[in-house]
Amino acid sequence: MRFPTDLKLVVAAAIVALVGCTTKPPPATEAPPAGPPPGAGETGPVTESNIIPGSAEDLRVNVGDTVHFEYDRYQLRDEDRNVLQRQAGWLQKYPQVRVTVEGHCDERGTREYNLALGARRANAVKEYLVSLGVSSGRVDTISYGKERPVCTQSSEDCWAQNRRGVTTVTSGAASS
Amino acid sequence: MNRIALICAALLAAVFAYVPPVSAALHVDVTQGNIQPMPIAIPDFIGGRQGAQIAGVIRADLDRSGLFRTLDPKSFLDQIKDINTPPQFANWRVINAQGLVTGQAVAQADGRLRADFRLWDVYGESQMLGLEFTATPENWRRIAHMISDKIYERITGEKGYFDTRIVFVSETGPATKRVKRLAVMDEDGANPIFLTNGSYLVLTPRFNPTAQMIAYMSYAGGRPRVYLFDLESGRQEMLGNFPNMTFSPRFSPDGNKVVMTLEKGGNSDIYVMDVRTRGVTRLTSDPAIDTGGSYSPDSSQIAFESDRGGSQQIYVMNADGSNAHRVSFGGGKNGTPVWSPRGDMIAFTKQASGAFHIGVMRPDGSRERIITDGWEDEGPTWAPNGRVLMFTRTERGGRGSQIWSVDVTGRNERRVQSPGSASDPAWSPLIQ
Repeated sequence: MRFPTDLKLVVAAAIVALVGCTTKPPPATEAPPAGPPPGAGETGPVTESNIIPGSAEDLRVNVGDTVHFEYDRYQLRDEDRNVLQRQAGWLQKYPQVRVTVEGHCDERGTREYNLALGARRANAVKEYLVSLGVSSGRVDTISYGKERPVCTQSSEDCWAQNRRGVTTVTSGAASS
Repeated sequence: MNRIALICAALLAAVFAYVPPVSAALHVDVTQGNIQPMPIAIPDFIGGRQGAQIAGVIRADLDRSGLFRTLDPKSFLDQIKDINTPPQFANWRVINAQGLVTGQAVAQADGRLRADFRLWDVYGESQMLGLEFTATPENWRRIAHMISDKIYERITGEKGYFDTRIVFVSETGPATKRVKRLAVMDEDGANPIFLTNGSYLVLTPRFNPTAQMIAYMSYAGGRPRVYLFDLESGRQEMLGNFPNMTFSPRFSPDGNKVVMTLEKGGNSDIYVMDVRTRGVTRLTSDPAIDTGGSYSPDSSQIAFESDRGGSQQIYVMNADGSNAHRVSFGGGKNGTPVWSPRGDMIAFTKQASGAFHIGVMRPDGSRERIITDGWEDEGPTWAPNGRVLMFTRTERGGRGSQIWSVDVTGRNERRVQSPGSASDPAWSPLIQ
């Protein structure tokens, strides 16, 4: 029932493409670019709709910043390991970037238990990134428990979207 | 914080003309809840608008308790003109009043407000109580609550809880970007004061035993940690300096310690910190989630929640961390244990059949009773007399939370007045 992460990436890219129509359509990528784009970081942004490689938006749209968890669990699922492998590759490509992994829960838990569960989830993401070679010092964690849902309906669909780990850029990203 | 400091304004209580009751005819059994609330007449106090306001607050207090039913002043046959003259009891029996409260509010020469009142047993034709309170005029609501407490105590035999405050989290904005502010208000929802500005999340505030200090969790600076808020000075201070998240704080009964949870590498364990020395003692060492610590009123034990057995359940350990053992066996998941100030029960949140309920049980887990039936009821807090609970009730679909109260019997469920949406209530002790 949950939203497959890969599908979400495609949708996100499609939305970016639509938004960019009036200016310059960006490539509708669904995977990170094969190599550094020519002139990246030298010419700067051409239009607002361009995604700067190495930016927070690049991580969010082209790499994928979110993984999801089963109810009351914090173990990573195979499809989410793929997302985190892309994140690890991206972090190795931009070694100056520091990130914070947010752990989130659905509303089906008491407030304090969910703070603890969110910490477990954030830490599970961090540990996997570290196991892939990302320096531990570059990855902070924070738990929001059930305080920051992305979906507010009381349904299994929504709860599945809210049980998540989100990798956010803290510093060092290319700015747009 | 000057307004809060006003609470410390001297309040004097003096017993006068007190006649010990010859019989205990007028009595309400608190343990039976509000099966048959006692009819009581509380005419406006003599003393103009101030007298009417004080009587109005007393009537609202006693009605809210569910143990009393205040009679409509329009039904009264007599008007009280002098509280020193015994009332015409027959005229109060006609309207079926069992109790009668008469009083007057007087502005003294020194500018202070004095309220005298008497509680009468209408059928016994005797005075049960006669007291006076003096305070600065802006504290008139406190005078009314103190009178309510005295009436409640005289008739039920239990301490009242009206002269108390609630610390809570005020909520505004959509669920995805909820703004949460630390706030305090009187037990009846009056005099709300916001303590933080909403620029960062705050959660789970709890009073210390003097109601002057609040322990809570704050995301200030993007670092979720336990803080202390001093109501007198308005000062906020991070409690300890830990590299990771600290949360779930609660004071020890003497106020000298805070039991709280420290997260490290994704694992949560319970520690206790001495508020003065800042010395830290670890109480649990388990790869499971251990959180939600709550002292027994004699400080000898701590109830907490843990999923060490595979699901979230309530445990009790000695205050030094030894002898942790599970006590909740009533089915479902169980968390947020809070020890009653009387010591006789632990209130908790039960998650079962897709909903959250407030429950109570003996500290050994026996005699479990579920006392609310909402969609998402959680986080109970006890009135200082151990007879009433408040909790957070959240509606389906991110429509926000409200504070509700319920008698420990499960009766008299009511929404607590608050400015907008509200969650995480914690009841103060009786204010000294």
